[in-house]
Amino acid sequence: MNVTVLFFAGLREALGSGRESLPLPPGVATVAGLRDFLAARGEPWSALAGTKNLRVAVNQQMVGFDAAIKDGDEVAFFPPVTGG
Amino acid sequence: MSVSVQQADFDAGAEIAALSAGRDNVGAVASFVGLVRADKAAGANVDAGAVQAMTLEHYPGMTEKALQDIVAEAEGRWSLLGVRVIHRIGRLLPGDRIVFVGAASAHRGDAFAACEFIMDYLKTRAPFWKKEETPAGGRWVDARESDDAAADRWSAPAPGDTQKNG
Repeated sequence: MNVTVLFFAGLREALGSGRESLPLPPGVATVAGLRDFLAARGEPWSALAGTKNLRVAVNQQMVGFDAAIKDGDEVAFFPPVTGG
Repeated sequence: MSVSVQQADFDAGAEIAALSAGRDNVGAVASFVGLVRADKAAGANVDAGAVQAMTLEHYPGMTEKALQDIVAEAEGRWSLLGVRVIHRIGRLLPGDRIVFVGAASAHRGDAFAACEFIMDYLKTRAPFWKKEETPAGGRWVDARESDDAAADRWSAPAPGDTQKNG
């Protein structure tokens, strides 16, 4: 299964990446699983595991970390929003 | 309803006028304009000095959808005859306008409430992030708990809130 992962704001800067498409191993089926898989790649990705109040959207809808992901999904990780 | 995410400035007077133009059933238009402040932002842990500029980043695609969802929810809660939301992105200076929300209704109560509701939800649900430029360098603005509280008082659970800490 392949997904596109996006990062925004301070998280994007910390990771040095705004967008990545990658294949996922079998067994990574939720947002939490994806976060843990990415964080396990070591520095700087481990920042994903330690980011306070990390938020996530799947296909541009905010979801919880137990949300399922499927082939072709767009998954975005970001800090709490600060617009307005 | 009409939602715009743009770099360009807006004319609040023209936007307010447009909400009632050509209609005789609008009895109230409430509006809000948010501006860039030069003072130290609330939530800052260190005194980095005055804000010289800020850059607004957003999530193209999701931003527009999130704003439309917020307006649709407002339209479900109150009797509205028109809603306009404009949010600017890119680099802005102190005094610059950031956001416009306007709501038109037959009576003032609906317009006032919708305007405030849209701003409270926008602050916690629309994917914008502010980075301030100060004499001490760039700094991402921290989210404020008071903004969460302001949105929560409208008493609908925000998506993802049950798993806030992952």
